[in-house]
Amino acid sequence: MGRYVLRRLLQLIPVFFGTTFLIYYLVWAVPGDPFAGKCGERPCPQSYVDFMTEKFNLDKPIIVQYGTYMKNLLQGDFGQTFGGRQISDLISDAYPNTIKLAIVALIIEAVIGLTAGVLTGLRRNGFLDNLVLVSTLFMIALPIFVLGFLLQKWLGVDLGIVKPTVSNPPSFGELLMPGFVLGSASMAYIARLARTSIAENRRSDYVRTAIAKGLPMKRVVGVHLLRNSLIPVVTYLGTDLGALMGGAIVTEGIFNINGIGRQVYRAIVTKEGATVVSIVVILVLVYLLSNLLVDLLYAALDPRIRYE
Amino acid sequence: MSEVVITDPRYASAGKPSGRLLEVEDLRVEFRTRDGVAKVINGVTYHVNAGETLAVLGESGSGKSVTAQAIMGILDTPPGFVTGGKIRFHGDDMLTMSPEQRRRIRGNGIAMVFQDALSALNPVFTVGFQIAEQFRVRQGLSRGDAKKRAIEMLDQVKIPFAKQRVNEYPHQFSGGMRQRVMIAMSLALDPEVLIADEPTTALDVTVQAQIMDLLSELQRERQMGMILITHDLGVVADVADRIAVMYAGRIVEEATVYELYAKPAHPYTIGLLQSIPRLDEKGQELRTIKGLPPNLMRIPSGCPFHPRCPMRVDDICIPNVPPLLQIGPTRASACHFAEDLVNRA
Ligand SMILES: Nc1ncnc2c1ncn2[C@@H]1O[C@H](COP(=O)(O)OP(=O)(O)OP(=O)(O)O)[C@@H](O)[C@H]1O
Ligand code: SF4
Ligand SMILES: [Mg+2]
Repeated sequence: MGRYVLRRLLQLIPVFFGTTFLIYYLVWAVPGDPFAGKCGERPCPQSYVDFMTEKFNLDKPIIVQYGTYMKNLLQGDFGQTFGGRQISDLISDAYPNTIKLAIVALIIEAVIGLTAGVLTGLRRNGFLDNLVLVSTLFMIALPIFVLGFLLQKWLGVDLGIVKPTVSNPPSFGELLMPGFVLGSASMAYIARLARTSIAENRRSDYVRTAIAKGLPMKRVVGVHLLRNSLIPVVTYLGTDLGALMGGAIVTEGIFNINGIGRQVYRAIVTKEGATVVSIVVILVLVYLLSNLLVDLLYAALDPRIRYE
Repeated sequence: MSEVVITDPRYASAGKPSGRLLEVEDLRVEFRTRDGVAKVINGVTYHVNAGETLAVLGESGSGKSVTAQAIMGILDTPPGFVTGGKIRFHGDDMLTMSPEQRRRIRGNGIAMVFQDALSALNPVFTVGFQIAEQFRVRQGLSRGDAKKRAIEMLDQVKIPFAKQRVNEYPHQFSGGMRQRVMIAMSLALDPEVLIADEPTTALDVTVQAQIMDLLSELQRERQMGMILITHDLGVVADVADRIAVMYAGRIVEEATVYELYAKPAHPYTIGLLQSIPRLDEKGQELRTIKGLPPNLMRIPSGCPFHPRCPMRVDDICIPNVPPLLQIGPTRASACHFAEDLVNRA
């Protein structure tokens, strides 16, 4: 087990460098002038351009730029934005908000998705089942911005139940609606995953055995059935954290949340390679680590799986 | 239109305790599927008493397992429904009991050993957990005490190193050992009746005999009533007291082992006995029963066995259903010519 984790951690190294380089390259390759609009209506003075080009190695080959950036990064220095702001400040402002949002979304999708999935899996073809099937279809089909704007307008503006936008930094309460919007597609997916899994396992031999042992139905379902059916759901939830953080850009835009989505967007537009890479590097790490965590979780949940 | 005539005098006092431990009477089960209604059990009547073993024989699909599932209350519903009959335990009809009353009988009144222990055991819990759970939930034992009892149970089914193996998962056991775990689990609450549904079919031939020996030894020690569902006529001769032969969801013959082997009273039983490979007939072609079991959505009129029966008399067998009639103190047959068969020289 320990060796397996070590091997997995070592595998992270090439993946880490590969992905970060690709991102760096992408920002560099996107056409555009980093100085456009920097100096008001006029083009920037040559002295300024020279100074910035020197400071950010803009005239050097991409590989050198990347190398310098990485060298600094590994020493804990994320660098500065063109505007002279420490990127690490920007990250520590934006990241907690996105993490909070993603966690709220994860909790909401787990609680609602699982409850709906378990209930409908146990009792298929009833009213609730049809309701859940239709509403999950809606959630999967509706683009996130449509759902976001609709809820913001109805609940936030028309009914005034919740604040349509959030403060900075947002409280957990304010993040409930954005979290719901962000997690909606996954919630629908989890409901369906849990439903299928429960319905399948319900007919399994070991559930039958549990009933034949004279266990109360509550225990048959709550212990024997649930434990097995949750394996795919839990692993999905694990991989979803990274996806939620990376996918938060639209939700952050709608609800005016100062998160990484907004920062990345701004940085891409202004060709701030260092900023984009810095934010994405952390995201990549979250992805990779949560993937590893899921694999370990999987082994913990299903004793038939052992990693050598 | 009751097809089953009950001639056993003890059935005359319908509803009253008969002194029998477990008795199934005129049980009917159907499966309602998209393709139609399959009448899978069409009036099964059998019983078992403390300390005796009833073997249930019959071709695949004859309804042996479904009858057992109906007794245990683990029928797949839907599509399966019990549509008639009684299942009495200590004289009380379980089919009219509340779900809670029925639940209390499972495990300590009637328990079941399934055919495939690998799928019947929960893959994500240790075998110790799955045995001990019964002591904790049903008898309120503490975790520690329940685990001790679980180890004792593993000892009783002769699993070596029970103390260590109690912490292992089902997939870590060999097929034979896993079936021992299954047996230990079914016996944990000391049931009065044990239903074993083909307990050795999924195993290597080499361990089949060991498991069968273990089962019949435990049955004798504990004086349980045992219903042994099997295809294996050889096993039956060794361990059973009585045999019930099933065909198309009915009992077609019931007799003591000796009677049945010496003089079968139903052409289907004769066919079954002839299909056993015999050492003294090596090289000879195995005789099997001609034809296929009936489609349970369209069971033949009259005697359901008539399309395959070598002794059929068309005028009698095709229009008339032969009831299961008592033809001796300990035997019954559902063939119009049962007496003739028994009285043959
Ligand atoms: N869940 C189910 N849905 C539909 N039909 C079923 C179901 N379970 C059993 N049956 C039908 O009931 C009939 C009897 O099945 P059963 O399992 O009792 O046979 P069996 O005598 O135990 O056979 P085997 O020796 O193969 O175990 C079969 O025709 C089978 O197709
Ligand atoms: S009743 Fe007729 S068809 Fe049926 S088993 Fe007897 S002889 Fe054969
Ligand atoms: Mg069967």
